Amino acid sequence: MTLIFSFFLLTMLVITAIAIVRIRDLFAAVMLSGIFSLLLAANFFLLDAADVALTEAAVGAGISTVLFLSALAMTTDKEKAPSSNRFIALIVVTTTMLAIIYATFDKPAFGDPDAPIHQHIAPWYLETTRDAIDIPNVVTAVLGSFRGYDTLGEVFVVFTAGIGVLFLLSAPSGKPRQKTDIHSEGLRHYLVPRVVGRLLAPFIILFALYVQFHGDYGPGGGFQAGAIFAAAIILYALLEGEKRALEAIPQSWLIGMIAGGALLYSAVGLAGILLGGNFLDYSVLSDNPVAGQHIGILLIEAGVGITVTGVLLSIFHAFAARDKF
Amino acid sequence: MALLELYHYWVFAALLMIGFYAVIAKLNLIKKLIGLSLFQAAVFLLYISMGKVEGGTAPIFTDSATEPLYSNPLPQVLILTAIVVGISTLALGLGIVVRIKEEYGTIEENEIQEIDRQ
Repeated sequence: MTLIFSFFLLTMLVITAIAIVRIRDLFAAVMLSGIFSLLLAANFFLLDAADVALTEAAVGAGISTVLFLSALAMTTDKEKAPSSNRFIALIVVTTTMLAIIYATFDKPAFGDPDAPIHQHIAPWYLETTRDAIDIPNVVTAVLGSFRGYDTLGEVFVVFTAGIGVLFLLSAPSGKPRQKTDIHSEGLRHYLVPRVVGRLLAPFIILFALYVQFHGDYGPGGGFQAGAIFAAAIILYALLEGEKRALEAIPQSWLIGMIAGGALLYSAVGLAGILLGGNFLDYSVLSDNPVAGQHIGILLIEAGVGITVTGVLLSIFHAFAARDKF
Repeated sequence: MALLELYHYWVFAALLMIGFYAVIAKLNLIKKLIGLSLFQAAVFLLYISMGKVEGGTAPIFTDSATEPLYSNPLPQVLILTAIVVGISTLALGLGIVVRIKEEYGTIEENEIQEIDRQ
């Protein structure tokens, strides 16, 4: 049954992808890519990746759709004539696809427990997590502790991208801005979305906090929580208008959050050195090494969540503010 | 049945190339970015598919007496962070597209090249 379902979902993915590329209406393409992300999240769930499914659903179907739509509002939502060399492109793409498919025949069968990927370091992570870190969610343990360096790097990539968007979009556009604009009012005149949205927003924030702090025990963590929290504020901004959302969390706070989360993460790493361990070694944070790991993971996940929230909201506000001319 | 065991990887190949086609053949810059995110999604699917173990479960320990078989946590960690980095870089790309629209008045690649030649 699961097998049939996963074949169905995978086939739907390919069909949606073809429709996204073929369709000329960019608005429809963006909506279809939201559906694509949701299907992908369902696939991840079937492949035992609950954490990844949660992230993909929040980021792919939620935030990236909002970003694409705000970019469309500032550019155009109709694609012009296709390029003349698309037949060459089609030949290149088909040849490459056939080559990749030919290469897959050498791959171990899907789900094979003896595949090389499951022999190398994964069993070590599964065993050591139980003894050294003692939290149920192995994904969080690997993300926060074993591969903490990696995650620190990713946080700084997110940080840099956020700063980049702020630089690009806060430059003056050269066109006079209108003082009165309908965008800042949001959907306030639509009663049903407004009432439902207002009811939902606090619960989405509550869920984000749950995902943040329950990440050690179930699917969740800073990346997911940050995306969900940002989605709640974006929903509020869409319903009540940009201005009200900025009153709730001002721009200066957001800048502080972008830097503060990354700094908190680095500070935990440096604390490890000061207490006599290595950079990002949490065992020395407490008398009991396992308790130290718990404290370290909690703090760095908080850092990740703060930075991701700050960056995603700043990006949204940067796009929304640009929209006003 | 042996062929069906590789179906996930074939879907990966198809999605990768559909995304790549949009990047190289489409002239609209936003369409190119959508293509790039399809390309990215294909890579995510490849990693997560490789991490799956037949009969396995999500790598979260439970209190059950019998030890279940867990899927590989490592690809999940890599892709989890990659998704969030992906949205940040996508936002950067969209920011550049918005600036191009403001400077050139168009987001079609051939028209931008036309303006540049003048």
